[in-house]
Amino acid sequence: MIVSLAWRNVWRSKLRSAVIILATILGICAGIFSAAFYKGMTDSRIEKAIMNELSHVQIHNPEFINSNEIHDYISNADELKRKISLLPSVAGVSNRYVIYSMVSSAETGAGVKILGIDPEAEKQTTRLYTQLLEGDYFKEKRKNQVLIGHKLADKLKVKLNSKVVITLLDVDNNITYGAFRVVGIYKTANSGFDESNIFVRKSDLSKLINLPPDVCHEIAVLAQKNDEVEGIKSKIEEIVPNLKVMSWLELSPEVRYMAEAMDLMMYIFIGIILLALLFGIVNTMLMVVLERTKEIGMLMAVGMNKQKIFLMILLETVFLSLTGGVIGVALGALISKHFETTPIDLSSWMEGLSGMGFDTLIYTSVEWPILINVTIMVLITGVISALYPAYKALQNDPSEALRTE
Amino acid sequence: MSIIKVNKLSKIYDGAEIPVRAVDGVDLAFEQGEFTAVVGPSGSGKTTFLNAVGGLDRPTSGEVIIDDVDIWQLSGRKLIDFRLHNIGFVFQAYNLIPVMTAKENVEFIMELQGRSKEERFDRTKSLLEAVGLGERLNSRPNKLSGGQQQRVAVARALASKPKFILADEPTANLDSKSTETLLDIMETLNKEENITFIFSTHDARVMKKARRIVTMEDGKILSDERK
Repeated sequence: MIVSLAWRNVWRSKLRSAVIILATILGICAGIFSAAFYKGMTDSRIEKAIMNELSHVQIHNPEFINSNEIHDYISNADELKRKISLLPSVAGVSNRYVIYSMVSSAETGAGVKILGIDPEAEKQTTRLYTQLLEGDYFKEKRKNQVLIGHKLADKLKVKLNSKVVITLLDVDNNITYGAFRVVGIYKTANSGFDESNIFVRKSDLSKLINLPPDVCHEIAVLAQKNDEVEGIKSKIEEIVPNLKVMSWLELSPEVRYMAEAMDLMMYIFIGIILLALLFGIVNTMLMVVLERTKEIGMLMAVGMNKQKIFLMILLETVFLSLTGGVIGVALGALISKHFETTPIDLSSWMEGLSGMGFDTLIYTSVEWPILINVTIMVLITGVISALYPAYKALQNDPSEALRTE
Repeated sequence: MSIIKVNKLSKIYDGAEIPVRAVDGVDLAFEQGEFTAVVGPSGSGKTTFLNAVGGLDRPTSGEVIIDDVDIWQLSGRKLIDFRLHNIGFVFQAYNLIPVMTAKENVEFIMELQGRSKEERFDRTKSLLEAVGLGERLNSRPNKLSGGQQQRVAVARALASKPKFILADEPTANLDSKSTETLLDIMETLNKEENITFIFSTHDARVMKKARRIVTMEDGKILSDERK
């Protein structure tokens, strides 16, 4: 009956309870939506990083990780690629040359990372071919084609079909160069990536740098699902015990840190909302306790012990908080669900967002853990809010409380 | 045989200038089945005396012994538990829980005692019928008249099967008819079920019904008359 009494007491002053419940609904709803928004942003950033830049797993010669030298390559690359392709849950494998060098136009030059790729294999591991602003994803039977990012094109002041010269050291440390024609200009969500990465055919690059046949600097592996990455990584490590196998989390720790920081930030944000609500709830419950001094005195007089009075105030406070909290969580989840399929267009802030690698179309992402955690946080807020009012209630002396008007 | 023995009971409040002796060395005993009115002018110490006997207001000195238990020697928790199982209270302002029905107000006390659902249900029904509210089991206090509310309060006080009932000015807020009805009910319960009632009052109608009248003045017993 204490549970029922506490619940009915919540609705004794309907307006006052409604105000605090409404405030809780708005606060929690905003918190959930913000969390879903930032989660969506982070998930999109991670997905773009994986699909456009990293793939799920990369394999390198351990020396190459630190040196980035052309001669720190992986031997027997085709056979490794074939073996890895056969592993379960592997969606695609691509062997790449990776060379850090210079690209020049008639106007200017820039330091870039040159990725020598097999265009068809690359399609299985990244979505570069879907990111073209202009031109084609390599044309048949034409040599020395290059795909460059729009940022780099602007920097070099080149257009489609312009020629650029790639200057690099070959495997014997001799300077060599080649003229390449721009056949495609791509644009990913990460403008930093677009400014510093160019793609050429592996076969064209091979002629310039004199690498032995059947080698590469990087093997990129795409998993069918994100949660299979660690399993694939372990299996690859068994195949290539002498090579360095890294998942996207290791390759781009900043993305992981960003996701973790975003999660933390969201909980801090919701915590601040709840802290503000806590003061409102405490104030409301203090008023409740003050108004019901006589009734609490009567309950003490007739034999309701302090634990039960404490429990009654605690339950009232928790009901008050949870009513708003649960509705707020549900409403926030519903709104967030809507924007999971209808993106929020932030193109007005395109420059800033793409500079950090974020897409300008944000699809929210709402997950059960945050909904459950926020509900638990609301519950804890309710419990904390109850402590002082309940303490005040227990301070009542029954004979004095019964004398109050 | 006395069920309540009050020995040298004093309650002294710290007044603005001098201490106020609200109850001053009272010795009194109450027998099972008595129907007692404690009377006296305002400030005579009636309510303070009842509060001390009921375990609500700790006396400055003296003792209150109920069934061989010196209640003011009990710990706070045990005293609350003692009140729950041994003393029924009826207050001037009824003090029902407004969000509960008449039935729930009565049943609540028994739930605090840990009685079974069946027992609670049966006893609540019979008590409310006994006070003439068998048809208003599901009415909330705001749907009941003052007299009806006070009758629910009496049923609530009886619910815990107490050794006695303390009623502090139970008729002060009631009209004549309601007072008459309430007193008749309490008198019937007293006579038929031997329930001990102790009132504080300055209502002549209560005094008329009472079979023992204890008169207080300045915290002392002025007279103790049995009819």
